[in-house]
Amino acid sequence: MKRVLPAAFPAALLALLVLAAWEILVRLFGVPVFLLPGPSAIAGAFWESRDLLLRHAGPTAGEAILGFLVAVAAGALSGLLINRSALMERSLYPWLVVSQTLPTVAIAPILVTWLGYGQLPKVLVVTLFCFFPITVATVDGLRATDPDLVRLMRSFGATRWRIFFMVEAPGALPFLFGGVRLAVTYCVIGAVVGEWVGSSEGLGFLMIQDKAQFEIPRLFAEISLLSVLGVSLFLLVALLQRLIAPWTLVRDR
Amino acid sequence: MTKGQVRILDGVDLVVEPGTFLALIGPSGAGKSTLLGLLAGLESPDGGTVEKDGATLARPGLVAYMPQSDLLLPWRSVVANVSLGLEATGVPRRAARKEALAALERFGLEEFARVPPAALSGGMRSRVALLRTALLDRDTLLLDEPFGALDALTRRDLQGWLLGVRDELAATIVLVTHDIDEALLLADRVVVLSRRPARVALDLPVDLERPRTMEMETTGEFARLKGRLLDALGVSKP
Repeated sequence: MKRVLPAAFPAALLALLVLAAWEILVRLFGVPVFLLPGPSAIAGAFWESRDLLLRHAGPTAGEAILGFLVAVAAGALSGLLINRSALMERSLYPWLVVSQTLPTVAIAPILVTWLGYGQLPKVLVVTLFCFFPITVATVDGLRATDPDLVRLMRSFGATRWRIFFMVEAPGALPFLFGGVRLAVTYCVIGAVVGEWVGSSEGLGFLMIQDKAQFEIPRLFAEISLLSVLGVSLFLLVALLQRLIAPWTLVRDR
Repeated sequence: MTKGQVRILDGVDLVVEPGTFLALIGPSGAGKSTLLGLLAGLESPDGGTVEKDGATLARPGLVAYMPQSDLLLPWRSVVANVSLGLEATGVPRRAARKEALAALERFGLEEFARVPPAALSGGMRSRVALLRTALLDRDTLLLDEPFGALDALTRRDLQGWLLGVRDELAATIVLVTHDIDEALLLADRVVVLSRRPARVALDLPVDLERPRTMEMETTGEFARLKGRLLDALGVSKP
């Protein structure tokens, strides 16, 4: 923790400078608040509606986290299948790539039509946003196993099962965490996109309403809150990596 | 033994008596490592047989094998790396770790037990890898250039250490090396392989007395044996 504070200092200083410049310019040129509210106006709007905003942040966070967890499971499983079977690699992999070229934003309304206005379509949209980097990371991580290590394990007389759990799976973790850190930054976006299409709660739902009612400072407050949510989830994953797989963070030799 | 289109070993006929320390030397690419892979049961020959105690050696796990690089797992502490072989063969983790810790204590390395391998020097890494192999408690040890990556002084140190491990295990050892001095200092018998496709170019008993010391390298007998090995390798010819 001692090193975290000095390390975060430059980013915090930059943020302060930008916010100060923003506030000064908005006041200096008298920019109307419905075009661009200053940071103080946004903070004021947040404080005024804090109960409403935090209440709607709950469902959004829930969808993002749930969809992300499904994505981790789906990504790891598909990556494992692709790595283990040449047939899967040739049949499944190309279609997973194709699925990433389809705009998820365009698929979301179809999912809502099929699955209704509940939580499920949002979770699915989040999963669609998040799973692919995890699939790729799993495939690459398992592929990167040192063949000499597998040979050593075979020389012990280890079964394929043991080779997988003792050597291949832990060896793939640095790659997997790379994919997971990338994926977690998408999950909040996925949840908001899901809510835009059709919902009765969540920060995405509030954004649509506030835009229609010209509640621009509160709209900015919602965007800031989404960003805080995304960064928190990213830091949580980083913390998890430090706890589960600390060796992935130190350079070996 | 043929790999792809290249014939690597051609009629290598070798009997290793139990308890012998045999060193295998030869030009690089001669197929020393391939021969060791065959002995470890990791590969199967295209022709001929590999037998141990009269039975065909058809599967890995019957003899202990140590590859060229130490291959320590960065996510396991030293003690967990030493116990890797035991755990891989199905020994319960707790029992395997206990045995590994006892082995580390026996060789005075217990202070490193909880350290990650990234914190170890090259010599220490080799010691840990060698203990991992020795802990399998097989009667035969196959060592593929175990000290090849170490500096000369550390290598000397490790050679003495290996002899200690050997006395403890009373095992048959086949050591692949490219270091002629190392072969003479450690082995009861040195086998020289020819260029590819490899045959046995020379099978030389080393009857220097034990315990061997580095001072022996300056004796006439040592020089005579070394000369014969250099001859067989074809190094001394102009």
